[in-house]
Amino acid sequence: MFQVDVDYLKKAKKRREYAPTVITIVLAFAGVISALPIIYLFVTAFKPAEELFLYPPRFYVANPTLKNFSDLVSITSNTMVPFTRYLFNTVIITALYMFALIVVGTMACYPLSKHKFPGGKGLFKLVTNALLIISGAATIPAYIIITGLHLDNTYLVYIIPGLANCTCMFLLKQFLDQVPDTIFEAGKIDGASEWQLYTKIALPLLRNAQATCVILTFPGIWGDASTSTTYIYNEQLRTFAFFMSTLQGGLARTGANAAASLIMTLPSIIVFVVSQSSVMDTMAHSGIK
Amino acid sequence: MKKKQKLENEPSVANSEVVVQDNKPEKKKKDYTKSYFRYTLHEMGTHKMSYALIAPFFICFITFTLLPLIASAALSFFYFDSLSWPQFIFWDNYIYLFVEDSLFLKAFSNTLYYAVIVGPVSYIASYFFAWFINQVPVKLKPIYTLAFYAPSLCSGIAMSVVWLVVFANDSQGYINSALLNAGLITEPVQFLQDVNWIMPVIIIVALWSSLGAGFLSFVAGFTNVDKELYDAAMVDGITSRFQRLIYIDIPQTMPQLLFSAVLTITGSFTVGGLSQTLVGHPSPEDAGLTIMLHLSDYAGQRFEVGYASAIAVVLSAMVLGIGRLAFRLLSDKG
Repeated sequence: MFQVDVDYLKKAKKRREYAPTVITIVLAFAGVISALPIIYLFVTAFKPAEELFLYPPRFYVANPTLKNFSDLVSITSNTMVPFTRYLFNTVIITALYMFALIVVGTMACYPLSKHKFPGGKGLFKLVTNALLIISGAATIPAYIIITGLHLDNTYLVYIIPGLANCTCMFLLKQFLDQVPDTIFEAGKIDGASEWQLYTKIALPLLRNAQATCVILTFPGIWGDASTSTTYIYNEQLRTFAFFMSTLQGGLARTGANAAASLIMTLPSIIVFVVSQSSVMDTMAHSGIK
Repeated sequence: MKKKQKLENEPSVANSEVVVQDNKPEKKKKDYTKSYFRYTLHEMGTHKMSYALIAPFFICFITFTLLPLIASAALSFFYFDSLSWPQFIFWDNYIYLFVEDSLFLKAFSNTLYYAVIVGPVSYIASYFFAWFINQVPVKLKPIYTLAFYAPSLCSGIAMSVVWLVVFANDSQGYINSALLNAGLITEPVQFLQDVNWIMPVIIIVALWSSLGAGFLSFVAGFTNVDKELYDAAMVDGITSRFQRLIYIDIPQTMPQLLFSAVLTITGSFTVGGLSQTLVGHPSPEDAGLTIMLHLSDYAGQRFEVGYASAIAVVLSAMVLGIGRLAFRLLSDKG
């Protein structure tokens, strides 16, 4: 009553065989174009002066050197604050921000996903729509509020205003939605309090989503120069990205600039490589339904 | 009327449970079945922990995101130089914005030019590269994903070292010298100075780094598509990859399409920093001026906060409008 045309299927299989090769070639070509500027930056940072201005440009180094990095240190030797202090600030701020972001985000996503309470759905809808908010649109009112709370000129100004990250919150909630409610009900029957359900069940289950939040926010906070310019008057509290933005251009400092740029970008790439599989797992649930 | 009926239903279910547990149902009934308000209050009381858990997030959200936005919308009707008390001037900011400020029109058209190209192109490219990546052997996937996603991890400032050399105005610039050597041009093109080239250069660099979170969400979304659907479709006579894309992959990744669209829309209308790093601000003949840069001029340099707020409101309204349209088109709930 129902017959499959076997010949047709065989033909179809045969016809498709060259497609993977074409796709691989196209992808490889586009991938190389995409990655080339980064590879170039990486290579430039280790080039000695005589190789920096060669034409045509080389995508390898004949005599790799760390001189560009030591140049970077010597540029700052005559400024008020050493280069290491900027880097230290950036590391501390990034670590604290990541920790706080994940605590605040996971704490909020658990009730929004698993509890039915008045206003819960409305609040999540607000978060979804807030994905469309332009953060830079209201800088002056935000400035007035932040200085009014006396957050300026402290580490806190880097951390607190950015804690309510709607994209992260959204991803966390969507991810937790995929976890069956029965796990939490079982926990409740075993006598776990709400706090225990959060720390013992929700937090470990959300580990992949946490990694995604880190990778999505990391480049932003690591490369944040504008907060230093706007809210910090104490040179000791400014970030590495701010220091980068003050570096003067010019050919003489091409090497040092490349070294500084590498310090700016490499951590983000490392964080992504390390957490890639977790990121994919979370992103699979990222859709807005 | 309908609402009230619904209300009466819900508590009665809860009430029947109470009857089983407690022998004094009368008193409990009075507590929270009388009105919707009381019922809500009762519900809120039983979920104190939920509110405690969401409090830190929403306190931050309201203080640093929502409140500034509302304040900004209100300030757009005032003249405010951030020193003296704001003066109410009603529509004057908006009238000046649309009628007299020719720079705003320039910024507006530049932003639109950028958004109309970068938005759709990066969106479609994200989708197709993710679709391609889905079809290569599993072992190669992470490498390709990294190669395509890495550019968006690099901030504009960091990559300027590379781009400023590539597009340099003199014959030392890589593109210029390549074109000179090939004999296509006789003198170097002023990529970063020529008014006609500034926006295209910004767009090229933006496209290079545009495969971001939306792209990742596509790559992951494709791995989620049920493979059995392909077999079922094969029996139904769908054999080409293209047909599978139309009939299976696109419908199955609809939620990711919306998420990515939202991120793309906000991203492409808020361009500013990239233009500043590449061509400087102010750029030659304001050829690289965008709405965000125009806004920061008035807010940060001239302290005309009321006027800057009006610009912010117009930009936000644009993004919100197009974003809601995306919700309408791509979501079944709207």
